Amino acid sequence: MEIKKISDYVWEIPTSEKEGMLVPARIYATEKLMGEMDKGVFEQVTNVACLPGIQKYSYCMPDGHWGYGFPIGGVAAFSLEDGVISPGGIGFDINCGMRLIRTNLTVEEVQPRIRELVDVFFKTVPAGVGSKGFVRLQVEEFKQIMVRGVDWCIDKGYGWKHDRERIEEYGCIPGADPSKVSEKAISRGISQLGTLGSGNHYLEIQVATPERIFDKSVAKTFGIFEDQILVMVHCGSRGFGHQVATDYLRVFDTAMRKYGIIVRDRELACAPYNSPEGQDYYKAMACAANTAFANRQVIVHRVREGFSKVFNKEPEELGMDIIYDVAHNIAKIETHEVDGAEKEVLVHRKGATRCFGPGKKEIPEIYRKIGQPVIVGGSMETGSYLLVGTEKAMGETFGSTMHGSGRTMSRAAAKKKVIGSELKKKMEEEGIIVRAVSMAGLAEEAGFAYKNISEVVDTMELAGVSRKVAGLKPIGNIKG
Amino acid sequence: MAYRYLEDIATGDAAFEAEGRTLEELFREAALATFEVMVDTKSVEARITRAIELKNEALDGLLFDWLSELVYLKDAEAVLFSKFDVRIKKNGAYELKARASGEEISRDKHSLRSDVKAVTYHLFEIKKIGEYWTARVILDI
Repeated sequence: MEIKKISDYVWEIPTSEKEGMLVPARIYATEKLMGEMDKGVFEQVTNVACLPGIQKYSYCMPDGHWGYGFPIGGVAAFSLEDGVISPGGIGFDINCGMRLIRTNLTVEEVQPRIRELVDVFFKTVPAGVGSKGFVRLQVEEFKQIMVRGVDWCIDKGYGWKHDRERIEEYGCIPGADPSKVSEKAISRGISQLGTLGSGNHYLEIQVATPERIFDKSVAKTFGIFEDQILVMVHCGSRGFGHQVATDYLRVFDTAMRKYGIIVRDRELACAPYNSPEGQDYYKAMACAANTAFANRQVIVHRVREGFSKVFNKEPEELGMDIIYDVAHNIAKIETHEVDGAEKEVLVHRKGATRCFGPGKKEIPEIYRKIGQPVIVGGSMETGSYLLVGTEKAMGETFGSTMHGSGRTMSRAAAKKKVIGSELKKKMEEEGIIVRAVSMAGLAEEAGFAYKNISEVVDTMELAGVSRKVAGLKPIGNIKG
Repeated sequence: MAYRYLEDIATGDAAFEAEGRTLEELFREAALATFEVMVDTKSVEARITRAIELKNEALDGLLFDWLSELVYLKDAEAVLFSKFDVRIKKNGAYELKARASGEEISRDKHSLRSDVKAVTYHLFEIKKIGEYWTARVILDI
């Protein structure tokens, strides 16, 4: 496959390289990351380029690796009139995302009590296979959550009124319609509100070390200070979202024939956005996305309670505001400049994060002059990043950047290389206290199974798409 | 044990190949392989049973629906299964009647592993090679 170098960090596969490509594919990566790039990415990013109504380019971010239909790290925008919507471009875990919460506490205050904190969260935030949440819901209430998202939680006392301002879409995507989700999806997800899940999901206690605050001024606006303790939550819509995705993949698998769409990969099943099936899926996806926002909200409530219990102060006194909450498996209707004109498009981000620049109305007023906070998760051993979106991002990648490190090694292979209990010991020696429901699951998440997060983050900085604000070092971790 | 996990495909997920002398054996092994991703099935006692009935025109559709139903029940009822009794008939379409046995998930009792989100179509295949039925499945983790 011919790959042209556009710059040190942008590579292009021209439309001539695969029959049916409507736009070129663009991969954001350094030369080193390109050399190590999962071969499946090239196949998948060019398959996506063949989908009807795709605008400008089919993108893959530097954390890219093989996925279902779209690569993980895939970004693609489609015209609303004649473009498609594709569950593969969103993922099974609809609105898997990241939330970052601040505190007024320093590492000096928290370090002596880190084990206590980790134990409290391990007890109060259910994680692991089939975990049940502590919020008991009737079907009607669950449907309310699908429509209202975070607002439902705040009304019920799980959160503060101003929390909603610091969440992408204010914690609720409009257009959700519970009649478009199956009874199966409802019964699968109804007892899982407030659970973490497993795999690469986590609740992490972190420090903003002084040497890794890269932009002091933006950090201050975001509420970050030196040696500050923060908490990061990574999880999604749980069984509910997974079932919605499974249900609609089936629907689209047969519907595609009706619309004369042929895809190279069954997981790339799609339907015109403007079709009954496409509209139904969008409305169901919004339901799942809103439950994911609510899920993270309920977990944050537990985080606030936990800190309050251990430090004997109210969460408000501890300054435990949300910094921001971002979705990294989603499709959003956004206005972008295409061919010199403003156009409404459906942007799919699968394992990719929105990173809007300064002035955009979608960003909360408190951050609007600076740009959108972007939360990017590293492996549990290396830590994560807080970034800010840029003006350049808008024209470059439909305002999108990476979501994490990206895996390089299969779970099966990782488990063979390290034993969970030994990894846990090693992490403790490195200053990270971890409690995991599954030791095997922990082994699968070892740092060596992931790309180097700094390289990934630096790529998008060099490309001018997102800028580093702070690097966050883990000191405590809960895993499912 | 007539299944094995594949290391070289599916970076973020779990892939397996299962086989059986009969279709029923294959479906049983595929179900076991699916649950072994989530738990050491030896730690799961067969205390509750669920009856499952499915119909599909195509055999691959039937296998897909069978595994998807088990993944659904895992969340909807918070149960893990370790024993499967499967009967498959062809009556025009394929008809499956099965009993899955297991128990409610317990963090303390069960050696839990990774949660399965979904069965995917990726490289999904069921075929007969000589005496044996085989299947390849990739599960989203």
